[in-house]
Amino acid sequence: MTIGLDHYLFVAAVLFTLGILGIFLNRKNVIVILMCVELMLLAVNINLVAFSVFQGNIVGQIFAMLVLTVAAAEAAIGLAILVVYFRNRGTIEVEDINAMKG
Amino acid sequence: MVLQALAFYVFAFVVMASAAMVVVSRNPVYSVLFLILAFFNAAALLLLIGAEFIAMILIIVYVGAVAVLFLFVVMMLDINLTKLREGFLKYLPVGAMIGFVLFLEILFGLGVLGGNSTSLAGLGKAMPQVLAIDNTRAIGRVLYTQYFSLFQVAGLVLLVAMIGAIVLTLRRRPGLGRQRIRDQIDRAKDAAVTLVKVPTRGGV
Repeated sequence: MTIGLDHYLFVAAVLFTLGILGIFLNRKNVIVILMCVELMLLAVNINLVAFSVFQGNIVGQIFAMLVLTVAAAEAAIGLAILVVYFRNRGTIEVEDINAMKG
Repeated sequence: MVLQALAFYVFAFVVMASAAMVVVSRNPVYSVLFLILAFFNAAALLLLIGAEFIAMILIIVYVGAVAVLFLFVVMMLDINLTKLREGFLKYLPVGAMIGFVLFLEILFGLGVLGGNSTSLAGLGKAMPQVLAIDNTRAIGRVLYTQYFSLFQVAGLVLLVAMIGAIVLTLRRRPGLGRQRIRDQIDRAKDAAVTLVKVPTRGGV
């Protein structure tokens, strides 16, 4: 019973699917949608690191670090936009966000 | 080897279960806490195959920074919890269908279903090889030489994100006593000081 690459890919696939599912299910709460995006990025990171380790190539882990950086920046900006939006409108429901509708 | 497999299955199960709880949890605070649990277990999964540096960075960045930021925002915003869950069941069928189809597609792509395992042939068999140098040193040797420009661009991304977050959330409230240094410097002498000639014994 050896743990191979496909085990890790399966876990990452489940995480990614759960992230997508969360985006579809939560039509009210933008915070949960942002959290689901983080979950999907985590799945991508697991994929990258697993391929990197099992192929013996360190570059995948460098790339995972860059993905991590972008995820942190995205969370900071997204939450800042969310706070400003809540301050202006008093709600964070996804269906109400139509301020840029033409 | 059996211990490693057992640890993998435990951590993988907790990751998937807590990710599901992030999605279906009723309270956003619980969602954030399950997200933290998922990150911890994902870091443990990465530790198992010997990627220690990324695992520790995952804990520091995700749990220490991102999840705490989420917790901050969730607790700061005054949101109506019962109203937030409306429509969950309404979108469940289409969401579950799309998720199921996507999951099947990923499994087909991996070659787990359909017997087309040529894409992964030979990859999954190889065990992680024991490197002559440790993981952190190996990353540093590549990151600071070959990918140094990417490293600096990552720093730039973080700087822009920081400035953007500050600019977005900064607000000037009217009626708040605030020091305006330029006005203080620009103030001329004759607007600030009046000399009065006081007559002797007369008073002002």
